[in-house]
Amino acid sequence: MSLLEIEDLRVTFRTADGPVNAVNGLSFEIDKGETLAIVGESGSGKSQAAFAIMGLLARNGGATGKVNFDGTDLLSLSPRQLNKVRAQDIAMIFQDPMTSLNPYIRVRDQMAEVLQLHKGMSKKKAVAESVRMLDAVRIPDAKMRVSMFPHEFSGGMRQRIMIAMALLCHPRLLIADEPTTALDVTVQAQIMDLLTDIRKEFGTAIILITHDLGIVADSCDKTLVLYGGQIMEQGATTDVFAAPSHPYTKGLLKAVPRLDRDDDELQTIAGEPPDMSCLPAGCPFSPRCVQALPQCATTRPALDLFGAGRMRACHVPFAEVI
Amino acid sequence: MYSFILRRLMIAIPTILILVVFSFVLMYAAPGGPFNSERPLPPEVMANIEAKYGLDQPFLMQIFNYVWGVVTQFDFGPSFQYTSRTVNDVIAQGFPVTLTYGFWSAVVALVFGVTLGVAAAIRHNTWLDYLAVGISIGAQALPNFVMAPILVLIFTLWLGLLPGGGWNGGQWQYVVMPVIALSTSYMASIARITRSSMLEVMNSNFIRTAQAKGLPMHRVILHHALKPALLPVISYLGPAFVGMITGSVVVDVFFSTGGIGQFFVNSAFNRDYAVIMGITILVGVLTILLNLLVDILYAWIDPKIRY
Amino acid sequence: MITKPGDVELIANAAGLAEVKGRSLWQDARRRFMRNKAAVAGMIVLVFIGLFAVFGGFLAQYPNDYVDFTLTGAGASNGVPSIETGHYFGVDPDGRDLYARTVQGTGISLMVGIVGAMVAVVVGTLYGATAGYVGGRTDGVMMRIVDILMSIPFMFVLILMLVIFGRSILMLFIGIGLISWLDMARIARGQTLTIKNKEFVEAAVATGVRPMTIILRHIVPNLLGIVIVYATLLVPNMIIFESFISFLGLGVQEPMTSLGALINSGAGQMNYGRLWMLAYPLFFFLITLFAFFFVGDGLRDALDPKDR
Repeated sequence: MSLLEIEDLRVTFRTADGPVNAVNGLSFEIDKGETLAIVGESGSGKSQAAFAIMGLLARNGGATGKVNFDGTDLLSLSPRQLNKVRAQDIAMIFQDPMTSLNPYIRVRDQMAEVLQLHKGMSKKKAVAESVRMLDAVRIPDAKMRVSMFPHEFSGGMRQRIMIAMALLCHPRLLIADEPTTALDVTVQAQIMDLLTDIRKEFGTAIILITHDLGIVADSCDKTLVLYGGQIMEQGATTDVFAAPSHPYTKGLLKAVPRLDRDDDELQTIAGEPPDMSCLPAGCPFSPRCVQALPQCATTRPALDLFGAGRMRACHVPFAEVI
Repeated sequence: MYSFILRRLMIAIPTILILVVFSFVLMYAAPGGPFNSERPLPPEVMANIEAKYGLDQPFLMQIFNYVWGVVTQFDFGPSFQYTSRTVNDVIAQGFPVTLTYGFWSAVVALVFGVTLGVAAAIRHNTWLDYLAVGISIGAQALPNFVMAPILVLIFTLWLGLLPGGGWNGGQWQYVVMPVIALSTSYMASIARITRSSMLEVMNSNFIRTAQAKGLPMHRVILHHALKPALLPVISYLGPAFVGMITGSVVVDVFFSTGGIGQFFVNSAFNRDYAVIMGITILVGVLTILLNLLVDILYAWIDPKIRY
Repeated sequence: MITKPGDVELIANAAGLAEVKGRSLWQDARRRFMRNKAAVAGMIVLVFIGLFAVFGGFLAQYPNDYVDFTLTGAGASNGVPSIETGHYFGVDPDGRDLYARTVQGTGISLMVGIVGAMVAVVVGTLYGATAGYVGGRTDGVMMRIVDILMSIPFMFVLILMLVIFGRSILMLFIGIGLISWLDMARIARGQTLTIKNKEFVEAAVATGVRPMTIILRHIVPNLLGIVIVYATLLVPNMIIFESFISFLGLGVQEPMTSLGALINSGAGQMNYGRLWMLAYPLFFFLITLFAFFFVGDGLRDALDPKDR
């Protein structure tokens, strides 16, 4: 059985201008120790899917479907039961390390409270364990720095602290929501290396949410491409990159700057990301798709299995995707 | 930290001095002395009185003596009106009263205001939130001099529950209405400020982190959200304290509690400059000290402020 | 610069464009304001209060200082509000018509509030904008002065001044003018600091416009929104301030009156059953304050949507 199994997850927000459907029928699974990348533009619903798993949706949001973690449906848990799962079984790190740590509490206390609460450790033991974890994410001089306030660290350091804090209880699943977006390129690489090492060392499964295909290729087993809150295609990362089966994936890959190819111009996908409050009846990508067929606007393509464990949702036959 | 306090004191002391000198100059410039009444006193009596109060000395000498007395001995000199008493006697009699209900008003405004604001923010867009917003908007238009008659009308004249005035050594029945009258509008403001800053904090990323850590709701609120949400409230405390001290004048007059406000207004009608100045300076010092306290509190909570 | 005939048209078009854009910003704010029911209701109430204060006197059957000796010392039984006697709001123990006095009191309170707010707008905005724009040491000293003035319990100093120079409405205006601008100066300064670094100010600096001109032409107009909002919220505070002093009997002097003074005399008559003396002035006081608060809040939401 998979570690996490998601079935037909839907997330809807009630707003003054009517309901907004952020995620529309998302299904996937992830095994122990596996890495899954969820790729999509901003507004594709990828972050909201992650918040729904953790029960962190904004007050006006609601999730339906099934989120089975190790046999329990997280969506049906009470807040108290969910709190036991958070940090202990599933931990999360966020996009913006500058604001994700509480600026008014020392790093020491922010980290130690996790262990005190979930593991019942004494404060002293919890701090010692926190220092060990900061060492593990390569924060120099952790023993001394653990007593500092978050604003005394750089952005990259803060994301390391976030990662260390997430790993304190040795969770089986780590959800990383755009962990490198707010960081410099060199720091990005360091953080990605760190995540790769962690996976090896702790055997943690990782869901990496990103819009950056560049970091997916090196670090993830599986890739899932999301658009308009729906899966466009899914499969082993190597397959998806070598032979994208969906015009959208194709477009995304063309939009990544490559040094090894001799393109004159970086290609972009024309048009705007979809308005989630009024998606087209058919494929959400159809208004921007260069290969759109007449039925694309009216009929939603089914998510079909093909090849070696791959899936795609497109009316255009695989062989004809250019 | 110590140098921060020291620096704030360095500003506070000249402020107080300016206040003292300014008040004295105003008084000196006043047309007609305190003893000009409808029936002029005989010149020799006048001279005697002026000698007693040091009014016959040159201006600079007078101001120096006054400031010297205030600074070295906290001595505001004799009262012009109550001939046998000094300003210090008047203050010693009235100040404890004012301080007592002033303290309780501050406590009530803070505790109820913050509780109401936090509750409203956590139950955002529920009946509790609407009720809290309603109360705080309504109470904003109820300054002490409006609250005081309304309270007396309801609790004394209609219900007959509480005495309409007096102090009686600070028995609780006599303290309740002054405290409510003085605290209501500040409670309302504090509730409003707390609510909006709490709403903002609860939407911030670090609260989401705290929730992702599996912390129970009460810990998220008390340990993670409350401190930052209280910062705007603390900045508001400075003006709120000034407002309460000012409002105590109305309370003293309306409820005849015998606090310094009552002496202040009496003296204002009787042109007893010595008492007015003494109380003004005392209140000034108090305000400045309270503001200093608020600054220190703020710096203590917000680690990003480095002195 | 020589303008070619063709350019004139172009410039005119550009000017028209800018005008349309500028108008749409305010139109947008107006639309948001009109959607806020409480604010619109507040605005309507304010119009009525204004009409009442200005023209209400024509409806009065008695001048405000006329003493009706048949009704002096009136108890709870006679002197009650009645249409027949022409004393719509009743009379006070001196036999004066409360309706005429409420009209006058409302007028004086409104005037005090508006004058205080105007002083705040002119002095506070210029002071704050100058401090914020010049910056550096000047800014430090100027704001330090504001800090010092703010930490003084002004009500006491004002009462001291009223005692020394005599109680008059002029003294009251001076006192209110002295403090009302302090908060406004702080707000204007804060806003100026953010505007200062905008490109259009830098462009003006680069083309050698004098600082004072930049402040008046570029900074102050951009402060307008926040200044209007704050001034609207300042009016009720000034009314409270004046009423406070008048409540103590140290403000507006007889035969003139203000809402604070009327509330005070009404409160003094509660024990004798003349509740109308408290009720009518209090009613006008409260609805005036509420109306200003609602309009101010509505303006804030309309002009500064991010601050909701």
